[in-house]
Amino acid sequence: MGYAFLALYPVYLMIVSSLKENAEIYTKPLTLPEKFSLESYKAILNDTPFMEYLFNSVYISLVSVFFVLVFSSLAAYYIARTRFKWNPFLYFFFLSGLMIPLKLGILPMFLIYKQLGVLDHHMSLILTYVSSGMPFSVFVLVGFFKTLPTELEEAARIDGCSDLQVLYRILVPLMRPALATVAIMNFISIWNDFFYPLIFIKTEELKTLPLAMMSLFGQYETDWSVLFSGLTLSTLPMLLLFLIASKQFLEGMTAGAVKG
Amino acid sequence: MAAKNKNASRYLIHLFPLPALAVYVLFMIIPVFTALGYSLFDWHGMVRGDFIGLKNFVTLFTDPQLSGLFKNAIGHNVIYFLVSLVVQNAAAFYLAYLIYRKYRGAEWFKVIFFVPRLLSLIVVGFLWNLILNPNFGAFNALLRTIGLEEWALPWLGQTSTALYAIILVNAWYMIGFGILIYLAGLQAIPQDILEAAELDGCIGFEQIRKIILPLLMPSITIMTILTFIYSFEAFDLIFAMEGSEGGPYYSTDTLATLFYRLSFAKDGASSAIGLGSALAVVMFVIIASVSAISLYLMTKRSNA
Repeated sequence: MGYAFLALYPVYLMIVSSLKENAEIYTKPLTLPEKFSLESYKAILNDTPFMEYLFNSVYISLVSVFFVLVFSSLAAYYIARTRFKWNPFLYFFFLSGLMIPLKLGILPMFLIYKQLGVLDHHMSLILTYVSSGMPFSVFVLVGFFKTLPTELEEAARIDGCSDLQVLYRILVPLMRPALATVAIMNFISIWNDFFYPLIFIKTEELKTLPLAMMSLFGQYETDWSVLFSGLTLSTLPMLLLFLIASKQFLEGMTAGAVKG
Repeated sequence: MAAKNKNASRYLIHLFPLPALAVYVLFMIIPVFTALGYSLFDWHGMVRGDFIGLKNFVTLFTDPQLSGLFKNAIGHNVIYFLVSLVVQNAAAFYLAYLIYRKYRGAEWFKVIFFVPRLLSLIVVGFLWNLILNPNFGAFNALLRTIGLEEWALPWLGQTSTALYAIILVNAWYMIGFGILIYLAGLQAIPQDILEAAELDGCIGFEQIRKIILPLLMPSITIMTILTFIYSFEAFDLIFAMEGSEGGPYYSTDTLATLFYRLSFAKDGASSAIGLGSALAVVMFVIIASVSAISLYLMTKRSNA
């Protein structure tokens, strides 16, 4: 399976090159480093606001994912567990977001955020990610609710639980796998998103990692060791998460595309 | 199945979908449809002028410079789609089939092939820029090492190869996802069908052609639709590898990079919002109609 090598080699190259000195990258790009050097990592951490970029990415991703989970589970519960005549329409309305290229609303979004005074502010990204995450998340959670038996909830209701108590005491523990899927899928797309920050964020200290890569490549054009280090650092959190929870990642990826 | 309590909570339940609905309508649905409206007006910077009907579209399709850029870009989207479709489907099916046949360690291969998909496309683009750099890049160094000196070309710097280089990098990024889709499809095929085929002496390539591929039609359809949508939205990778101009000499320019320049950079000038929105409407119509038609065909087939 030489193909597996092809998939991993560029990533391996990125990590190895970040540990080399520049001269060695230019003369022997394919070898292991003769001596491991962490100089370029020091340069990034000392000379660029890298920790701020990292904080921005972490903060925006976590806050957005949290609200996606709360909002979409409430909506999915309503669609799957109540029987009002507009439920199918509501479900279809959320689903239509999977077919419409939502990014094409970027010009009006830009003007709306400008009027709200949140342009060039993390709030603009959080609002964008929470709202664009709805279609997929509602879709996955409604599908999951439909596979759950209703007896437990009915028993809880007879014991006098309200809808909210039923959802958060009975269902959330049962929904863990589906919630994990939704959280991971949204996290991947938010963490890696480049387009929205490019349009909305201008202040250097507010940039997320993918956008910060642009500044880095402008600033260190010829210092390849630093460039590789920057790419490695911005990828590492995601790679570590993947190693911990690769099974959930792989299951989540196909949740939207394959009928389970 | 809702057991309705006979008190205020009967009405409280309607608050459940509200937060999701509110953000989704306010920040996604309204902007998308507002963009359709924007395209019908004359714009002066951020200020909306008169209603001018379809004039922005006429400009987009007939203005000597702009229409040239538009045709050039949409042509690249079509190439992007067709080449991606062939390359990604062939490679993903082939690898998924190998994993499916030799089930040992299949889990590991799934994990390994999926790694590129975890990177931000912008990171993928910058990383391959460094790898494909004509002077110091690892790719050309590798070619020289194995004696293919004449293949060591500036892949991203010449108009004849830049677009294909990007498409291949994109295939590298997407392959893990394709494998997952095909593997799920393969594992859904009932074993006894394949065993019956083998008893009849239908094995190997013949079995793939006559039995496996027809049964995989749903997976192939999904891949085709997703590749289409993805190809017509292609932006990040091109931006990272060739800049917003879709260089060299617009040879990798696509609808999305053109849209970006029209709306947020210099190409649109003061009428940017009108022209950009007109282009957004064109993209909207292409993508949404293809998704809707394919969804309709798929539900029709699964109900048949």
